[in-house]
Amino acid sequence: MSTGPMTAHGGALAFRPGYADNAADALRDLRPASDAVDFDFELEHHHDAASTAQLGFWIYLMSDCLLFAGLFATYAVLHARAAGGPTAQGLFDLPYVLTETVFLLVSSFTCGLATLAMGRRSRGATLAWLAVTFALGLAFVGMEVHEFARLLAQQAGPDRSAFLSSFFTLVATHGLHVTCGLIWMAIMLVLVLRKGLTPATVSRLSCLSLFWHFLDIIWVGVFTLVYLFGVS
Amino acid sequence: MLGKLTFAAIPYDNPIVMGGVGLMVLAAIAVLGTVSVMGKWKYLWRQWLTSVDHKKIGAMYIILAGVMLLRGFADAIMMRTQQALAYGSHPGYLPPEHFDQVFSAHGVIMIFFMAMPFMIGLMNCVLPLQIGARDVAFPFLNSLSLWLTVAGALLINISLAIGNFARTGWLAYPPLSELRFSPGVGVDYYIWALQISGVGTTLTGVNFIATILKMRAPGMTLMRMPVFTWTALCTNILIVAAFPILTVSLALLTLDRYLGMHFFTNSLGGDPMMYINLIWIWGHPEVYILILPAFGVFSEIIATFSGKRLFGYTSMVFATMAIALLSFLVWLHHFFTMGSGADVNAFFGIMTMVIAVPTGVKIFNWLFTMYRGRVRFDSPMLWTLGFMITFALGGMSGVLMAVPPADFVLHNSLFLVAHFHNVIIGGVVFGAMAGLTYWFPKVFGFRLNERLGKAAFWFWLIGFYVAFMPLYALGLMGATRRMDHYENPAWHPLFVVAAVGAAIIFCGILLQLAQIVVSIAQRERARDLTGDPWQGRTLEWATASPPPAYNFARIPVVRDRDAFWDMKQRGVDMRASVYRPIHMPRNTGTGIVMAALLGVAAFAMVWHIWWLAIGGFAAAMVALVRHAFDEDREYYVEAEEVRRTEILRGRAQLRSV
Repeated sequence: MSTGPMTAHGGALAFRPGYADNAADALRDLRPASDAVDFDFELEHHHDAASTAQLGFWIYLMSDCLLFAGLFATYAVLHARAAGGPTAQGLFDLPYVLTETVFLLVSSFTCGLATLAMGRRSRGATLAWLAVTFALGLAFVGMEVHEFARLLAQQAGPDRSAFLSSFFTLVATHGLHVTCGLIWMAIMLVLVLRKGLTPATVSRLSCLSLFWHFLDIIWVGVFTLVYLFGVS
Repeated sequence: MLGKLTFAAIPYDNPIVMGGVGLMVLAAIAVLGTVSVMGKWKYLWRQWLTSVDHKKIGAMYIILAGVMLLRGFADAIMMRTQQALAYGSHPGYLPPEHFDQVFSAHGVIMIFFMAMPFMIGLMNCVLPLQIGARDVAFPFLNSLSLWLTVAGALLINISLAIGNFARTGWLAYPPLSELRFSPGVGVDYYIWALQISGVGTTLTGVNFIATILKMRAPGMTLMRMPVFTWTALCTNILIVAAFPILTVSLALLTLDRYLGMHFFTNSLGGDPMMYINLIWIWGHPEVYILILPAFGVFSEIIATFSGKRLFGYTSMVFATMAIALLSFLVWLHHFFTMGSGADVNAFFGIMTMVIAVPTGVKIFNWLFTMYRGRVRFDSPMLWTLGFMITFALGGMSGVLMAVPPADFVLHNSLFLVAHFHNVIIGGVVFGAMAGLTYWFPKVFGFRLNERLGKAAFWFWLIGFYVAFMPLYALGLMGATRRMDHYENPAWHPLFVVAAVGAAIIFCGILLQLAQIVVSIAQRERARDLTGDPWQGRTLEWATASPPPAYNFARIPVVRDRDAFWDMKQRGVDMRASVYRPIHMPRNTGTGIVMAALLGVAAFAMVWHIWWLAIGGFAAAMVALVRHAFDEDREYYVEAEEVRRTEILRGRAQLRSV
């Protein structure tokens, strides 16, 4: 963020055959200070590329949050429209969902531990905690798929009623996000294994952990609004 | 193997459609042939299609908007002629099911593939230059956004030749758009074209917010940003906040149509009004997404051509922010007749009227900027003056309809159609044309022909009034929108006048095409070697026209609002004495390849070709991951090269003085 020494390139005049025709110009050119006030060399175009990426990712998360807001609102409007079919009370198995929830919440904790390990520049610990997070996330998705299969077997599929349409869509959209997070995590595991904790991988891991915690928060909303309110 | 797709999908039996398809195919062959004959494929691929340079991406957005303007305008001419002919015993020449596709396509194309790309294109061309940046925050995403928009536009045009388009109006209200009432592929084309381009738009929003917040030149505080940058910031905040809701609305409609769900059906608990609420929560901010950048364009032009600082900069910023916020609180005025009750209607009616206040603030600021200024009436200024009068009228008819009881009379009438064309043509289109004329020399290095530009303006302005004032009257006489035929002979003369108006606008468009051809032919006469052809005030005029890929050899330090004007006043020596290497992003084909693959996947979804849909999507994801693994995404422009470029520019500049 500063003007460099002019002599570094062998003197100013040599650079400007097209311009400096008179002595006054030439004299002014020899004063680097006048330059420094009005111009700035941004030497690194991406001097804070990582923080720009983080901000961009936050903005994306906010837009994703609004996407979920739309689905939550839809669920809120349609949740009582069972159309004579099964209702929330009859369908939801709270202990099962609670187990699922614990898996996801703990995975968020281990993801935080991975971030801490990354801060300590410990590649092994980062990889290990990421792997644990991956396993917990996979368990969550597996349980969700199993729950959906059970509902389908009970003739309570998404085409049964508006309530079930909005339930499946909200929960499955979250599940799809988690699945994408898992694929991303798998890629990051390979990247960190191969390249180590470079600025690029660290920046991406930070975004991934933001994503993971974000999905955790969304799930707290799903658990409360859909399951707890549903069976009460 | 090919899902629902068969040769029967091509409407051989419809001469009007096949004529349109023939024209499109001929135009495509002409363009592709010219490129091949001139041997420019490599140049086109390397310098344009894979470019991550925001100026080139902006130019391509505007070219897309121009092409789609012609397509959308062809639809408009068809509607106006049909309605001028089809009354009483005359059936006109368009059967109802074709007419319905025409008005649906007209709305979708003009909003999503003309107005949006035009405004995003202007932002791309100008915004990084105005804040003294060398690029946008995420250059690859920028390229991806462009090509996703192009893919969506292509999908709409393909629907003309293969299958059909939605017959549901531009927002595809259910239950009409549900499978039961629209079993064909029309609504599916609509859904996938909008989804794919909508993702591109959302990415643009993320990109520009990060660019504006993170990449401003040193010294450029928020309250020193040019007003166009401010309006662009608000617009992109609106994009990020509103487009996810469009994505959700369309996704839920998709689930209804593809998986038999019941969000908006009228059976098993579905609720069509839910869709209308959701889509307008996106739809109303959308109109401000279009108009706010136009307000920014006018603010820049008025200050420049009055030779004065913009009057009331701070109030302008606050007015823009207020409009952005209020735009989320008025959506229900699009369906006062739904029956939400008097209290709800009253709330949304009042909020709608309140929006007129910040808009009025802007109008007065522009007037006071001109007051005692030395106003130059170049064509950007003409578009601006035309806008101020036309938009004020359109705004007033809007406030009128914000009164719920009045809206019960005017809902779905031609009065409404006249109103929104009044604000969209008078605001967004005039803003786009003003911005195009104003910034064209910056992007391409020469000015557009002024005589033809002024003539085009007058045809557009007069044509607009002749075409749409009769629609206000027709609306009050009881004519509803979207009629392929009517019985009342008293309406006929006014429909004929409206058709004449459309013809006058058509002359304006022809003049604009001539303007571009003539300007390119005579470009040597209109070269802008100074980089500052209009005595500009903001930083985009501080660099060469066209700017080098890196925009600025050195980043200017900002000390005042109109940064470049301030530098000129202080006599800052713009010439550099030392050059440094500049870090720039490399071009990449990933954006266009991904968009092409997703476009194929979307086409496959329309026709239920599941293997192709999955394959296209998976391949696009592979391309993305490959790009993520690519480490060689940036390079340095050597100091010596920067020096050479700048010196060449300096010499040209000296010669011009």
